Amino acid sequence: MNPRDTFAQPGHDNPPPSDGSPVVAFRNVSIAFDGPPVLDDISFSVAPGETRILLGPAGVGKSVLLKLVNGLLRPDEGSIELFGQEIAGMPEEQLFALRTRTGMVFQEGALFDSLTVRDNVAFQLIQERVPDDAIDLRVRDALRFVELGETFDLYPASLSGGMRRRVAIARALIHQPELLLYDSPTGGLDPLTSTTIIELIVKERDVYQTPSLLVTHRIQDALILCNHRFDVEQGRMVPLPKGQTDPGTTFLMLEEGRLIFDGSLHELVKSQNPFVREFLE
Amino acid sequence: MAIKLIENYAKNLVLTVQDYSLFAARAFSNLYRPPIYWPEFLIQADIIGFGSLSIVVLSGLSTGGVLALQSAATLSAFGATAVTGQFVSLTMIRELGPVLTGVMVSGRNASSMASELGSMVVTEQIDAMRALGVDPLRKLVTPRIAASITMLFFLTIVADACGIAGGGLVTVFMNHQNGTQYLDMAWEHLRYADIIQGLVKPLFFGYILGSIGCFYGMRTSGGTQGVGRSTIQAVVWASVLIIFVDFLLTQVLLRLFPPL
Repeated sequence: MNPRDTFAQPGHDNPPPSDGSPVVAFRNVSIAFDGPPVLDDISFSVAPGETRILLGPAGVGKSVLLKLVNGLLRPDEGSIELFGQEIAGMPEEQLFALRTRTGMVFQEGALFDSLTVRDNVAFQLIQERVPDDAIDLRVRDALRFVELGETFDLYPASLSGGMRRRVAIARALIHQPELLLYDSPTGGLDPLTSTTIIELIVKERDVYQTPSLLVTHRIQDALILCNHRFDVEQGRMVPLPKGQTDPGTTFLMLEEGRLIFDGSLHELVKSQNPFVREFLE
Repeated sequence: MAIKLIENYAKNLVLTVQDYSLFAARAFSNLYRPPIYWPEFLIQADIIGFGSLSIVVLSGLSTGGVLALQSAATLSAFGATAVTGQFVSLTMIRELGPVLTGVMVSGRNASSMASELGSMVVTEQIDAMRALGVDPLRKLVTPRIAASITMLFFLTIVADACGIAGGGLVTVFMNHQNGTQYLDMAWEHLRYADIIQGLVKPLFFGYILGSIGCFYGMRTSGGTQGVGRSTIQAVVWASVLIIFVDFLLTQVLLRLFPPL
């Protein structure tokens, strides 16, 4: 397994801002659906190369926040910048072009049932009319990255839940995204499969340094992400020395639509906020 | 309380009509703007056209047969059974062919579109498509509407032909009348205006069944139960709208092509 495969060679015409300005910036964002606000006055940012883990119990608006990042939902108030462009009021036609620069892994994978794994992973490349040979090569590399090379011709219905998530990760990675969005990638999976998925995310983070925003309610997944690194030579995830954490991995926490924490793992475990304490315990 | 319920229902109805109008207009304008997804159009044309052929042939044959049976019974009272052919062909081509085909095909395909797209919505496949930078309206909706319009046009011609053939079979084998006379009467009294009337209608009906099926599919919410609800609404509203628009169209077409 070679993590530096052909599918992930950089090649975008519009590289992310290199001046250190945030890839994503939320400013006082609120949204409601026929009732009280689901998200209320949310402000945070994702810096280049940073992995942000959004924690919170089910139903606090984590997935809604993630869908606001790439314009799948529109905020009622506030401003959202993606790659330096304001997207809150951007027409849908322009958003399509911007979204091709992001990769998103949905909660249940959201693979297209009627397409094979090959066509699912290659969906964006097929739309761009990339030649079939080049598509096959890149899909095989992407599937090798998620260790599912043998599923090339299968349909999603014949895959397990964990395999579907891994195919979804391959689909999100194949277009060399400048931002990755993970919506509860381990939700509903057994601990062993969850660890496999987290290992893929750590591998992606450490090999390609793509900035990402990961939503989860599982604190154990967040801790693994923070306390481990991917060893390219060994080809697997290894724990960081005791007391060390990944400096680029930080936390956000939501409580009933409000952002109650924004900081490092060290600050999270020291937090005196009763909700944070209850969540951690 | 009751007034509040009526007010909410009326508001929802107006909002639905507004949403549908915007949705249908956007889907229609996409027919003339690239990218046009031809492979999706051909797949849908096969599903809607070839897939509906058997039900259209069977319903056309039966309807033509019933028309011949009923008309012969009534016309014999006036000694005018000879005009059965004219009656069956005009009724099929001007009215029953387009409406019957529209309703039959919407029962099969508006429901299928609503449930397929609805399932894609609740499993986040539509969001995934948008996240991958592809417009689901262009990729999924516009090809379905274009295929519905195109294939309903041809299916109506098949239904008309089958209806006239069914009427002919009943006339010859059950009513024991002259088959040549039936066909002569069916052909001689047919005008171009009748054919135009019969072939304009399926263009509208195809648009209705395609757009309603996709509209209800794309606004599905509430999981698998919501998919079922969308499917029912799509079939009901497509059928009702086809019959209502037929009433409006017939008035317009009769003014444009007044009967002799």
